[in-house]
Amino acid sequence: MARINSPAELEALRKDILSKRDPNKPCITLCSGSACNASGSREVAAKLEEEISQQGLSNDVDVRKTGCHGFCERGPIIVIRPEEICYFQIKPEDVPEIVSQTIKEKKVIDRLLYTDPNTKEKIIHESEIPFYKNQGRIVFGSNVSVDPKSIEDYLAIGGYSALAKALSQMNPDQVLQEVKKANLRGRGGGGFPAGSKWEGTRNAPGDIKYVIVNADEGDPGAYMDRSLLEGNPHAVLEGLTIGAFAVGAHEGYIYVRQEYPLAVENVNIAIKTAEELGLLGKNILGSGFDFVVKVHRGAGAFVCGESTALMTALEGRAGEPRPKYIRSNVVGLWGRPSVLNNVETWANVPLIINKGADWFTQLGTDSSKGTKIFSLVGKITNTGLVEVPMGTPLKDIIFDIGGGIPGGKKFKAVQTGGPSGGCIPEHLLDLPVGFDELTKAGSMMGSGGMIVMDEDTCMVDVARYFLEFLTDESCGKCVPCREGMRQMLKILTRMTKGKGKEGDIELLEELAETAQEAALCALGKSSPNPFLSTLKYFRQEYEAHVKEKRCPALSCKELIAFYIDPEKCQACTSCARKCPSDAIVGGKNLIHLVDQEKCTKCGTCFEVCPPRFRAVKKISGEPVPPRIPEEARTIVREGKQK
Amino acid sequence: MSDILFSIDGKEVKATQGMTVLEAAHKAGISIPTLCYHEKLEPFGGCRLCIVEVESRGSTRLVVSCVYPAEKNIVVRTRSEKVDRIRKMILELLMAHAPDAFDLQDLAKEYGADRNRFEKEPSFCIHCGLCVRYCNEIKKKNAIGFVDRGIRKEISFVPEIASKECWGCKECFPLCPTEALQAAYVLVEALAAFPSPSLKPASGE
Repeated sequence: MARINSPAELEALRKDILSKRDPNKPCITLCSGSACNASGSREVAAKLEEEISQQGLSNDVDVRKTGCHGFCERGPIIVIRPEEICYFQIKPEDVPEIVSQTIKEKKVIDRLLYTDPNTKEKIIHESEIPFYKNQGRIVFGSNVSVDPKSIEDYLAIGGYSALAKALSQMNPDQVLQEVKKANLRGRGGGGFPAGSKWEGTRNAPGDIKYVIVNADEGDPGAYMDRSLLEGNPHAVLEGLTIGAFAVGAHEGYIYVRQEYPLAVENVNIAIKTAEELGLLGKNILGSGFDFVVKVHRGAGAFVCGESTALMTALEGRAGEPRPKYIRSNVVGLWGRPSVLNNVETWANVPLIINKGADWFTQLGTDSSKGTKIFSLVGKITNTGLVEVPMGTPLKDIIFDIGGGIPGGKKFKAVQTGGPSGGCIPEHLLDLPVGFDELTKAGSMMGSGGMIVMDEDTCMVDVARYFLEFLTDESCGKCVPCREGMRQMLKILTRMTKGKGKEGDIELLEELAETAQEAALCALGKSSPNPFLSTLKYFRQEYEAHVKEKRCPALSCKELIAFYIDPEKCQACTSCARKCPSDAIVGGKNLIHLVDQEKCTKCGTCFEVCPPRFRAVKKISGEPVPPRIPEEARTIVREGKQK
Repeated sequence: MSDILFSIDGKEVKATQGMTVLEAAHKAGISIPTLCYHEKLEPFGGCRLCIVEVESRGSTRLVVSCVYPAEKNIVVRTRSEKVDRIRKMILELLMAHAPDAFDLQDLAKEYGADRNRFEKEPSFCIHCGLCVRYCNEIKKKNAIGFVDRGIRKEISFVPEIASKECWGCKECFPLCPTEALQAAYVLVEALAAFPSPSLKPASGE
């Protein structure tokens, strides 16, 4: 494709691309994000190509390998357009039938459709599936329409029109004011208003300024930024270029994790193709504005998601936060004013410029506008990425979109905001998601991690788990974080092992205060959150662990025991056969017993005991009942007596 | 450039542009405890012991004085119940590593810190980074650095550089707030497997 030199030429190219596309031609869209690749999407793609050519349909059907569709629980996903027929969990062996039946014969294959778990009804169209129906995917929705490696696909859905508008019809200040008016808040953690951040950089003295994409997504279980960068890299680049224009930067960086190879690959392709078309580089669209973007791969340190640590790492030094009281939008990368926003924030910018701040602010709450992408994981039926308008109640996300808790278990808490976020209990499920609402509840928005926990989850152990993660990821520069977390983790660990002492809860509170008040960076200051929020809502669990050496969720291995109720055991031998450590004293027609010395508390006996008996009990905080005498173990079965 | 006037503990102090609260305090003869500060080095902000209360435009917050820039009309308090409580905790956390360090013992007395509050993990190093930064910023040799991160972070000499530079310098030893011997020990350990040509001829391999 030839270089485009003006907004008019861009529109002409777009028209040309669209004129060559027949909206009625069948198109098989295959999700090829990292999650679907892991569940076999590449094999399905190869089979699709082979089958289409074998059945002589190469000219009659298009195949588009797109980024993540979000419903990762059911991947790999195929959507056949224009009918929008949606098939889930596709295996290569399903492909011949899809091509011969659905593409050739226009017949829907029932067994590949989504079945509503409640109504048992088969659903054909993507937009009617509850998981999708209840979302508002203004940012993430484009993923299903573009092949991330094709700039033509992005242009076909209106890509780079916002950039053209900004460069040709607006001045930098107008762009800035629009973003300010939209009250776009940072989607990466703190929720700082992007417009104010940009303004600080724009007004800061100096000729050289930078714009940076924070793609160092490191929260366990969170992958919205990866999926956006993998699935729609041009949207991020377009937003970044608009931001650069607004603040007067001519150089941008994408700091992306090395562990995201597909994102690195796709964003590099996107930069190259955008440069070829003149959408990046010198004199973009003939406007006289120059802007280049470089990709920097991070080495996998959680702390590098913190703005000053990220900039230090970009400069080639160890990624540690800087102890400055001057904001990095004034003194940032190499001491120059630098705007750092995360992937999702940048991807919102083209929408705001195209549709206007008034449109954007219609969505959301008073203080949180637009939408937010959450990564819904944990004990949830529909694991995946969901995008909802700000203000959506938590329970709508978890139950309407997420499909609730699997296995008939009860909801206990949802952890939001990543490892330094907090746990929100059941009685706050009506809470609308928003930056300030979540903070007020003792958690935070963070980058949008959402881990659902069921009744079997021990909240002390949850705090211990996140503290362990944070201790591992602390840079170690300041004492309250490095040493404080070391001690907090020790105390929480001993609590879960039944070795908690009187005063431990108070000591944890004191350590938490020191970190909150005195740690150097935001990561350190928020590091006690997993403890503080679980203490706030589940204090009785902490007290049970310390005072009674009891784990109310029956989860901490060293505080529980398995035992077989002699009244209920029918000597079916299931547990004895499955026990991996020979801890069941069994025998034909003999009531089974658990040898507590040998038991490793793996829970196998509890799981395999037939529901009609339910003889295996999990207990905590009480002594194991004494072994019944040997002579009482024989089961006398009625009807078999002579 | 005109002086910046503000108060520390009720006393009027003068600072020049770019000066930190800690520097202004030192100039005025007001003491604020530090462990990672050195007048010749860039502020590090690691030990957090120099934390103070700053009242500015009606709101009070805690800041570390070695980094916080002096500002007109701010009110600084170097002691308060909260400041003392945090300093006590910081000292107790560090004394798990260096219970016998004289500097820490003196400070512990002042702030009522209990050296036995946390289980001992003696390593002597409290990660103030004075040795590392002095070698980097003043000597420009980088013979010693931090390795690993978080709770696994340690100081370590680079044998290739240390074997050439350190015996004639050793200026970092007295900077150590816990135990100068620690730096010496780490140095010797680093060089043990790397005989310096200046000490003895390398064995002929």
